[in-house]
Amino acid sequence: MSAPGSLGDLADVAARVTGWTAPGEEVETYVERSRTTNVRAYHGEVESLSSAETVGAGIRVIIDGRQGFAWAGTLDETVLKEALEEARDNAAFGQADAFIGLATPDGVAPPSLPLVSDELRSTSTAAKIDLALELEKRALARDARVTGVRVASYSDVIGEMAIATTQDILVTSESAACYISVAPLVNADGDTQIGGGMSMGRAPSELDIDRAVADGVDRAVRLLGATKPKSRRLTVVLDPHVTASFLSIIGGTLSGDAVLKGRSLFAGRAGEQVAAPCITLASDPTDPGSIGAEPYDGEGLARRRVSLIEDGTLQGFLYDTYAGRRAGRASTGSASRSYRSTPGVGAASLTLVPGTTSQAALIASVADGVYVQEVSGLHSGVNPVSGDFSVGATGLTIRDGVFAEPFREATIASTLQRMLLDVAAVGADHEWLGGGPAGVTLVISDVSLGGS
Amino acid sequence: MDQTVVGRVLGVALRTGGDFAEVFVEEARSSSARLDDGKVEQVSSGRSRGAGIRVVVGDTTGFAHTADLTEAGLLLAAEAASAVARQGGGQTRTVSLSSRGAPPGPSAAILPETITKAAKVDLLVRAEASARAAGGAIRQVTAMYADNRRQILVANSDGLYATDDQVKTNFSVSAVASGDAGMQTGRESQGYTMGWEFFDDFDVEEAGRLAARRAITKLDARPAPSGTMPVVIKSGGGGVLFHEACGHGLEADLVGKKASVFQGRRGEQVASPLVTLVDDGTMGHEWGTYRIDDEGHPAAHNVLISDGILTDYMYDFLRAREEGRPTSTNGRRQSYRHLPMVRMTNTFLVNGTEDPDEIIRQTPHGVYVANLGGGQVNTATGDFVFGMTEAYLIEDGVITHPLRDANLIGNGPEVLTLIDAVGNDFAMGSPGLCGKDGQGVPVGDGQPTLRVQALTIGGTAA
Repeated sequence: MSAPGSLGDLADVAARVTGWTAPGEEVETYVERSRTTNVRAYHGEVESLSSAETVGAGIRVIIDGRQGFAWAGTLDETVLKEALEEARDNAAFGQADAFIGLATPDGVAPPSLPLVSDELRSTSTAAKIDLALELEKRALARDARVTGVRVASYSDVIGEMAIATTQDILVTSESAACYISVAPLVNADGDTQIGGGMSMGRAPSELDIDRAVADGVDRAVRLLGATKPKSRRLTVVLDPHVTASFLSIIGGTLSGDAVLKGRSLFAGRAGEQVAAPCITLASDPTDPGSIGAEPYDGEGLARRRVSLIEDGTLQGFLYDTYAGRRAGRASTGSASRSYRSTPGVGAASLTLVPGTTSQAALIASVADGVYVQEVSGLHSGVNPVSGDFSVGATGLTIRDGVFAEPFREATIASTLQRMLLDVAAVGADHEWLGGGPAGVTLVISDVSLGGS
Repeated sequence: MDQTVVGRVLGVALRTGGDFAEVFVEEARSSSARLDDGKVEQVSSGRSRGAGIRVVVGDTTGFAHTADLTEAGLLLAAEAASAVARQGGGQTRTVSLSSRGAPPGPSAAILPETITKAAKVDLLVRAEASARAAGGAIRQVTAMYADNRRQILVANSDGLYATDDQVKTNFSVSAVASGDAGMQTGRESQGYTMGWEFFDDFDVEEAGRLAARRAITKLDARPAPSGTMPVVIKSGGGGVLFHEACGHGLEADLVGKKASVFQGRRGEQVASPLVTLVDDGTMGHEWGTYRIDDEGHPAAHNVLISDGILTDYMYDFLRAREEGRPTSTNGRRQSYRHLPMVRMTNTFLVNGTEDPDEIIRQTPHGVYVANLGGGQVNTATGDFVFGMTEAYLIEDGVITHPLRDANLIGNGPEVLTLIDAVGNDFAMGSPGLCGKDGQGVPVGDGQPTLRVQALTIGGTAA
């Protein structure tokens, strides 16, 4: 039984489109619908309130090993018929590849995940507005040095998807998330810093305003008066958020597709020591703590935990159906996508197994180093093919085991290969951040800090 | 779309007491083709249409969007957007719209949708063959063709009713080369606000050779230095410097929230007298060009910095309205599903007078950057970074060894004052996608060869 606007009719749409298949074709229809609300507060008032529903469908057609794709931002039947026709026509221009094909059911059961809360559905717009206003108010009150708040927002999304294929896949899933985000401006002696704090959950009651405000304000305040450090090589302690950013990039290099296409620095290194023994890395979108957790991947196969590095040894790579077939392996359920793109290998919910030492104890063990609180330029400064990286860094100097003066306008540089081998310790402070990788404190020896 | 329907929708949007209402209708179509790993992987097409409706009351904006362009669908969205304004008396206002003739601007001579897919795929095959022929070290090549067409209609309660038809076409090639010291990458990308006629002048084979040559050159690259030194940036290769160093900081929404280091500095000397910086949405067929912005106002040529003096910020309509001044027509949005905000268009440093070769000769020791990748800025502090994807050492006034990729880092207000040479060889750079608050819009940038006295290079060499 399905109420109007529920998963039932999304699955019907997907199945109906796939049902229009012609002999000799494989067809996959991926349908998505999301409802979002976004509230921004400014100067004690609602600056903007947006609410809307987005729908779309992506249709993949495979004929004789050639793939074509078309998408449309509507579920209108006439348009979807045209999109299928367009995908079919597009397929004629692809080059044949024997490994191309849709996923076939592999018998792996999807994880059972509590991804939707009735609480979020029943939260009024007025209550969401109050959250954003309260967030701004508490940020302004947190510290006398807060001079303004650039962003104080509440957002939520309730998303549903359905996939139907000619290869007997018909799956649906639904997930919901909400978050608050604050960017306070702090000033002392003419020096300004902007902070960022966030809290995420499945329901508004899981949002922690004080935590977001503390992260946003306190971390900005401690950077006031930062100066450019001297260039040298030293021990670097990465903030959990920074670790998460690096994990995203490392995840890309562990894509089976990148390996097959000669674009991964880890190609041919399975079974080798690629990281320090304290590193155990997995992609685990089955962990309910991750906002990115979901029962199915972008091809309708069950999500599963995939071990990538264990005790520093490379275990293997992530595969979708295509990369798996080409490598002579099964898909690891690692296809990511939206309705506007075909599935491709993605490193969902990366997580490092935490160590046993607290962040405070790790910092106490560093005689001369820096704590990197923020990095910038990751998309321009990291080459995932060569492994070279060089990113802007802001944070605190560590001297004799305690935080000393803040620094800014510096860079940290190394290669991803070296950085992984140079990890001296993993913190105990494992935490899922946003929809991406889990954060955890990392201590890395011998990194170049570029300053004056 | 029927003008009277749009008028009725605006009237309903204002019923709850809004001061201003706007309907933005967009129909977008795109097609792309990608060759990777020796095969044409896929040809894709996509389309979307919908409308975004916003209602402003006081300092508050309500926004809703819909893919349902029937009058009923639009009215529902108008009601949702107007829910933020509750004090109104429930009277539907009448909005009379007057259609504006389209201002001059780029148009597509040959719509890409009229070109066969086979012809688009053929470009990829030619570019790939040329990249692979550049040397045995080339291990992998990706070539991408993409076009998109965006037809927009903007109408608002001030009576504005304007339309535009925006067509963009772009092409890129990326190559991976492999050598003793590992793998390196090279890329060439170009795109314009035009149709298929783009390929009359753009040689896809040359693009393939360029991407391959960049990757092969870097196989012998040395680690980039770590520290501060003079940096010469090749014309057309580094406009992103200004985009990051001060462009974002001159956006009035950030300035208004005191989140920019350039706040309150209009009329002041903020840069070397050699610096005249312009943002120009009317610039030929450049990547960031349009006839009207996404709030319906004709694109403009805006001087931001003149001989080092900050002349003005960039504005969207709402921010300008608050300050009682005209918009600089920088109001842009990613799609009908997004609210407009202040965005750059084509941002560039105007030509200087010096011979670019002479600038290099007069640099005893430094780095020559032929190409910059993307960047990022913290507008509150002015600190920015951007990646060099093709760079060389300058030794005794001569360009010598290639350098591995690294980021440059600097502080916007400081770097602007440290520009001590500007060449006479202005060129625009590669097409860019600028991200802000989760929205991406196409932007262009450009500059002549220039030198910054001191920039920090985040390499690994001592």
